[in-house]
Amino acid sequence: MKYLYVAATDGVGHEVRAAVAARIEATFGGPLRGMEAGSVEFAYDAERKQYGSIPLLDSLLKRCPVDAFKLLAVTDRDLYIPVLTFVFGQAQLGGLVGVVSLARLRQEFYGLPPDEEVFLVRLRKEVLHETGHLFGLVHCAERTCAMSLATTVRQIDMKEDSFCAACQARVRRLAEGRRG
Amino acid sequence: MKIHWQILVVDDEEVMCESLAAWLREDGYVVDTAASGRAAVEKAQERDYAIYFVDLKMPGGMDGIETMMQIRRLHPEASIIIITAYATVDTAITAMKEGAQEYIVKPCNPEEISLLVNRIIKVKNLQRENTILRKKLTRQYCVHDVVSKNPRMQEIMTLCGEIASLRSTVLIQGESGTGKELVARAIHNAGDRAAKPFVAVSCAALAETLLESELFGHEKGSFTGANSQKRGKFEMADTGTIFLDEIGDISPKLQVDLLRVLQDRAFYRVGGGEEVKVDVRVVAATHVNLQQAVAEGRFRDDLYYRLNVIEIRIPPLRARREDIPLLAEHFVERLSHELGKNVSEISEGALRLLLDHNWPGNVRELENAVERAMVTCRGKVLTELDFGFLVESGGQAAAWPVPAGMTMQDMERVLITTTIQRTKGNIKEAASVLGIDRSTLYEKIKKYEIPR
Repeated sequence: MKYLYVAATDGVGHEVRAAVAARIEATFGGPLRGMEAGSVEFAYDAERKQYGSIPLLDSLLKRCPVDAFKLLAVTDRDLYIPVLTFVFGQAQLGGLVGVVSLARLRQEFYGLPPDEEVFLVRLRKEVLHETGHLFGLVHCAERTCAMSLATTVRQIDMKEDSFCAACQARVRRLAEGRRG
Repeated sequence: MKIHWQILVVDDEEVMCESLAAWLREDGYVVDTAASGRAAVEKAQERDYAIYFVDLKMPGGMDGIETMMQIRRLHPEASIIIITAYATVDTAITAMKEGAQEYIVKPCNPEEISLLVNRIIKVKNLQRENTILRKKLTRQYCVHDVVSKNPRMQEIMTLCGEIASLRSTVLIQGESGTGKELVARAIHNAGDRAAKPFVAVSCAALAETLLESELFGHEKGSFTGANSQKRGKFEMADTGTIFLDEIGDISPKLQVDLLRVLQDRAFYRVGGGEEVKVDVRVVAATHVNLQQAVAEGRFRDDLYYRLNVIEIRIPPLRARREDIPLLAEHFVERLSHELGKNVSEISEGALRLLLDHNWPGNVRELENAVERAMVTCRGKVLTELDFGFLVESGGQAAAWPVPAGMTMQDMERVLITTTIQRTKGNIKEAASVLGIDRSTLYEKIKKYEIPR
């Protein structure tokens, strides 16, 4: 039996972990397993004051349990890839591991008062997006689909917390084919 | 169909290369990477990428600018984006001067890259669509593809090929529906001007003042309603070909203006004082006998001789009946795709019927007849029953009690008036029913002063 793993780095609360697990299970089905991803300080770049998502994915890949067929991690840290100023998350396209950063999903990041509800809605959309990439989905041209590309939180807010019919059908087909 | 555009990322830092490649792959692009300028040029020799992301500073004697120059030698139209961590105004200017489409500083905002890539791909898609349409158009109006085995038509098409690259004016004469515009386009497409504009103007469709503004453009305020400056068809056709259909119908004043354009390759916009110079090849066409019009004083002889440098006379379809089966089969093949009908052939009986018909509307009438038959046809073969309307119209004509003393012109007036009434003023439909083109119909409406 293979499991879809939900991992959380140090400092990620229970409510977030529960929301992530619930969103994945509702769309991609079970069985799910939880995992502690521990500290991510090894990926810290002092010059950029951000965490590299590439070393983080490398580390997750090394520590990925043998019974995992996908592993999605969440972290409070602000992530980047060298060529870009930041990423909301990153996943191996059709691969094993992916990560979602919570940092820029929070209103506080933009100097606004905290709003837990807004944060959780954005989190669910980004979890769907990165897990979709793990299942091999590429960006969707439909702006309301969770698989559409978002480079700002405003674009995340414009998306629905679900896939469009075409992406939903693709993910169902891919999920059925891969689980074994 | 979604095209899978390919992108090449060139950077000596593997992590930089792979992270950008992975990010672009999430967008559905097929992305290759190269770790040096030399490797990039080798890959560019194998295929042309839609976009090249090239790092400015790379070791090994070949930096980003040199890499870009070599890629551009292979693919002059390549879209190259130079990326650098050490931006200076000098390097940016050098990159742009050498042909970089964009210059970005890393790390850059994801939105910036996303917008940039989308913009370039949008242009690539339009360029691709344009190329496909141009190819289709060229095929449709190709000298070698004109459907005819008639020796006179073959001579005409050989002549079209020979005169295609000259600038000499061509006068095409022939009855309505013989394909005068098709021949004009074939001349344009076979010559040096093929990639330049082909602008067709129907001189019969517009009133004199409108036609003048249409041909030469106008300045703002030159007449009521001229709210802005407008370029005329001659300016639009600059470096290409202008096709002046129904040239025999233009007014004496326009004949003078046109003579001046043909002599000087220059004109004034309506209401304008500045001379506009153009390099335009003029192909004119008419269904009236211009020589006779000159003899009767209706057409300037100097303009006639200017137009008639190369003369092409297209024979009517009844004078080349051997083409009827060929053309009918050609229309069946083309229209079965366009109409989505599974019709593949024409029966012997139907062909006999087509061969016996007189085709006053020439090839256009034949095309309309085949289309009408295909629309109502239920099987895979067009039979004489599908062309019943040809017999019917012939029969009715024979039984029609023609009033004594009625002239040909009276009859034409009645026929056009009745048809326009039946189509409720729809000129396109009326022209189709009558088997003539719209410009001819407009000309006749004007001639007989038929209310619309």
